[in-house]
Amino acid sequence: MIDEFLPRPATGERIHMQAAVEFRQICKRFGAVQANAEVSFGIPNGSIHGLIGENGAGKSTLMSILYGYYQAESGQILLDGQERKIRSSQDAIKLGIGMVHQHFMLVDNLSVLDNVMLGNEGGFRLAGHRAAAEAKLKSICETYSLEVDLHARIEELSVGVQQRVEILKQIYHSADILILDEPTAVLTAQETEALFDVLRLFKQQGKTVILISHKLQEILDITDNVTVMRGGRAIGTVETAKTDKEQLASMMVGRPIQTELPRAPYRPGAAVLEVAGLNLRNRQNVGLLTDVNFEVRAGEIVAIAGVSGNGQSELMEILAGMRLPTSGKIDFLGKELPLRQRHDADGLPAEFRRLGIAHVPEDRLRDGVIKDFSVMHNTIFGYQDQAPRKFGLLDFKAVMERCTELLKKFDVRPADPDLRIALLSGGNQQKVVIAREIAAAPKLMLVGQPTRGVDIGTIESIHAQLLALRDAGVAILLVSVELEEVRSLADRILVMSGGRITGELKIDEFDTTKIGLMMGGMHKS
Amino acid sequence: MSFFDDLNFASILVATVRNAPVLIFAAMAGLFSERSGVVDLALEGKMLASAFVSAAVAFATQNVWFGILAGIGISVLLSAVQGYVSITQKGNQLVCGIAINIALSGLTFVLAQFFFQQGGRTPDLGEARLHEIVLPGAQALADVPVLGWLYGSLIGGHTILVYLAFALIPLVHWIVYHSRFGLRLRAVGENPHAADAAGIHVERTRYLAMLCGGVLCSFSGAYLAIVQSGFFLRDMSAGNGFLALTALVFGNWRPLHTALGCLMFGFFAALQIQIEGVEIPGVGKIPGSLIQMIPYVVTVIVLAGFMAKSVAPKAIGVPFVKSR
Amino acid sequence: MSANELPRWATAIALPVLNLVSALLVAGLVIYLLGESPVESLAILVNSAVLNPEGLGYTLFYASTFIFTGLSVSIAMQAGLFNIGSEGQMYIGGLGLTLAVLALDAALPGWLMVPAAIAGAALFGALWAWLPGYLQARRGSHIVVTTIMFNFIAASLMNWLIVSFLIPVGEQRPASRLFAESAWLPKLSGILPVLGDTPLNISFLLALLALAVYGLAVWRTSWGYKLRAAGLNPHAAHYAGVSIAKTIIVAMLISGALAGLASVNSLMGSTHYMALNFTGGAGFIGIAIALMGRRHPLGILLSSILFGALIQGGFDLSLEKSNIPPETFIFIQGLIILFCGAMENLYAPALAALLKGRKA
Repeated sequence: MIDEFLPRPATGERIHMQAAVEFRQICKRFGAVQANAEVSFGIPNGSIHGLIGENGAGKSTLMSILYGYYQAESGQILLDGQERKIRSSQDAIKLGIGMVHQHFMLVDNLSVLDNVMLGNEGGFRLAGHRAAAEAKLKSICETYSLEVDLHARIEELSVGVQQRVEILKQIYHSADILILDEPTAVLTAQETEALFDVLRLFKQQGKTVILISHKLQEILDITDNVTVMRGGRAIGTVETAKTDKEQLASMMVGRPIQTELPRAPYRPGAAVLEVAGLNLRNRQNVGLLTDVNFEVRAGEIVAIAGVSGNGQSELMEILAGMRLPTSGKIDFLGKELPLRQRHDADGLPAEFRRLGIAHVPEDRLRDGVIKDFSVMHNTIFGYQDQAPRKFGLLDFKAVMERCTELLKKFDVRPADPDLRIALLSGGNQQKVVIAREIAAAPKLMLVGQPTRGVDIGTIESIHAQLLALRDAGVAILLVSVELEEVRSLADRILVMSGGRITGELKIDEFDTTKIGLMMGGMHKS
Repeated sequence: MSFFDDLNFASILVATVRNAPVLIFAAMAGLFSERSGVVDLALEGKMLASAFVSAAVAFATQNVWFGILAGIGISVLLSAVQGYVSITQKGNQLVCGIAINIALSGLTFVLAQFFFQQGGRTPDLGEARLHEIVLPGAQALADVPVLGWLYGSLIGGHTILVYLAFALIPLVHWIVYHSRFGLRLRAVGENPHAADAAGIHVERTRYLAMLCGGVLCSFSGAYLAIVQSGFFLRDMSAGNGFLALTALVFGNWRPLHTALGCLMFGFFAALQIQIEGVEIPGVGKIPGSLIQMIPYVVTVIVLAGFMAKSVAPKAIGVPFVKSR
Repeated sequence: MSANELPRWATAIALPVLNLVSALLVAGLVIYLLGESPVESLAILVNSAVLNPEGLGYTLFYASTFIFTGLSVSIAMQAGLFNIGSEGQMYIGGLGLTLAVLALDAALPGWLMVPAAIAGAALFGALWAWLPGYLQARRGSHIVVTTIMFNFIAASLMNWLIVSFLIPVGEQRPASRLFAESAWLPKLSGILPVLGDTPLNISFLLALLALAVYGLAVWRTSWGYKLRAAGLNPHAAHYAGVSIAKTIIVAMLISGALAGLASVNSLMGSTHYMALNFTGGAGFIGIAIALMGRRHPLGILLSSILFGALIQGGFDLSLEKSNIPPETFIFIQGLIILFCGAMENLYAPALAALLKGRKA
């Protein structure tokens, strides 16, 4: 079924004659990771082209190559049929390529006009060029029906309008090809519609749009063609009108590898964690989590699947005590967690640990370890107050013994307790963190992206450890962007999108299409 | 009421105008570097260095303008060193500033002693100082009540550096908000990655900002030594560098508001001199040392956030490392 | 090998030594420009401060104060805080000590008076550091500027207090009355007569004790573990359950207390009264010591002795060479802070390249 969607030579030739952009055998490697592998497809002129795929599929890398941030090791890029070398973003801009990033390149305390003029002010006196710039911008705004107050400061504008400013900037610099990286991640439904209106106008003017997204409905709504990427490869390019969500979803997530790791029969015990009506709003009053309800029982692994940035990280932080929710109730072992009396979460994670909640954080270098501390010191990180003592001082001999045992049991290499943890590979660092959290004998284990940046050999051993923990009766909540990992480990799967839980399935109901739909924001019907 | 007579508001106002320039020059200097994202704790040291050099050279050449020029030179040199450490070496900007202050506190004394053998000070400049400018027609208006004093003593009758300081305020405002350099300055201090993406050379802009700061700070030192006292004295900057930083916090790093903060501190300094020995109804005489404390206490209150919600340039203190 | 992967001996010893030598080279250059021979000056300095037993006594006497101010700045730095306020905290600590002594020196015997005075010094020093710490923890007010302000406020406050309340009737000198002998610290020359009649007293032993306690507390207790974690990575420390706000405030209290204790040496060990500005810049020297000694007990000890030698030798040097007054050493102090603090990695790339070259 997949074969039907590989780019066929005949189609390729047709596209070649009108292609605004054509990729030929693009390869890019980062260390051990092949981010792009022989990517070849074309984007017709005057179209809106979708680029879809999960985390790590290679979409952002490919676009970064197009925009000059990286250079491919091999392969060519052709613009309007001509091969081009794009060595920097300045080159890309000169060639008429504009990019709107996920994190806007805008200066908050300057006005829209100032932001557009930055870098080409036209002279020492700003006033000299200002009028001309303003006039040009006004005409662009009219052509594309972009309503933007040119004199408002960026920080005063909503995210949707800020994005419009970014688009405005690209058009001002005469972009013919506009790349948008997950543009609707930060927009409301109305703002998304407004954005799409702009994109349609852009297309009408004969320009080309490349839309990177993981949201299926949007791709279906707005694009003319869509290329699906997975594992660094371009799986296929299809006409949007001729496909549907199920097909795209299954192309996006692929056929998962059947890794049958041994596990005890599923016999969940009492509820360990009960989350009711959890809400989180940030300072701009945007809802990061909305009405989240679920439970995790002893002896089961509940996995939260979903593309990152949909609230999973915030949920984990709240459950680990690193952040307070705006409202909602969390019960642990039948008792409510002490959240109400607090103004902030300062020192709260220690209380949660004492109650029996362990946490393997998503970002181990930022949160989980102290890089300058030794491996041994990191094995008591978070548990320093419960570490063995002698006459009030930390008993490092006992800590060392325990550490050596842990390093052996979890096969950490090199098994040197005195080594600075920064010198270990990512996989071994992660093993230390997991070893530490498991050794604390928790009742609930929160695990975020356990195999991120971890080599293949270590992934299996980490999975085995987590399954063993589950078999021993610990409740585990796993957050992962890797569907294969979810399938290997989970007893139950929750899918999050846009801060909500959009679906729930048991492991025997696992269906890539269904999950892809839920991840893409489609609620279970 | 005798209390108010004792207080002599007229001379307090004139003194305020004459105290403010030290802070205005330093604060405007700090504004440039801090707006570009570099913390400038070395205002104190640069002030001291230019005070010494300008007084020494002015005395040696008996020409006040050579002195001022020399002061500019040393301050720019120090700013270049500070820039090298903070921008190129990406060192700790706070430590760098403190180091410069301490080093210069010692060095200026040692050099003053070496060249002039007068216990670490420079000789009195006597006549080689700036003259007070008498505005045209001031004599004629002298007898007119209020207006005569206003025109003759408050607005007129100051040395040229005073006028320069006040003229600087709208000039700096214009540069920061209406010139290409100012736009780039603000971008680099707020979001250097965005500025970099727009093709602006972040490090070069920061160096330039520091050099501007160096020039402006030198006037502060020259003012202390040449105008206010007529000689250089050990540690004569007396915390003014930090008061200037406070004025920046108070003024939210905006030129006009910062200048207001400088005037406020100038007012307190003037008040301090007047209020010593004056009986305040109900309280008695306030000792001079406690009045001396007021600017520093005000600083703490401002910093504690009780006066205004102050927002520093977002990228301040963080050395720029290209992310791609 | 990148600069980050330099072996421990390189970052702990080689780099600091290179930085120190750079600072001294610059100083040597200036001394040369002042018309004196740097080598000769160094010889006089070493002779006076180290080779001469009485000079050594003075060196260690000064070091006693610096160990405390160095510890004060160091412990704040372990929490990621740059406490410039040791000078003011030492000054106010001296006030606490003096008040205790003036109140009790007639009534209490020495073995009770001395601990009471020490407690007063620590308490008042801590108090003076509390507000900047609180403001940083709860309101984000930058501790560098607030502590600098508190230095100035302390100077004005003490000026008023000493002049208005502490000068005994009939005296001119801006200082308190002489302390009774119950508040005098025994000199070490009683035990080690070879050191001559110097003010070196038991506060040196107290300082060594403080170094040991600091070493144990910071590296061998869970409190110290949490302190260092908070200073190295506040995000991760939060994950690990450390209360960042509490850590900041407690670190500042201890830092202030240590600075306060620095006053014990000069007030109870040497002058036996409190004079205006008795601190003499010791708080700022503490900054240089913390940076040069890399916040390590042994480093702090060696740096304190080095600075004690600079002060003692510098004093004798200034007597012989009028072009090198004691203020020269304030300049050197600034250079050391610059090279050891702001430019600590100046030689790291060169060193890394050298080591890599040797390995290859």
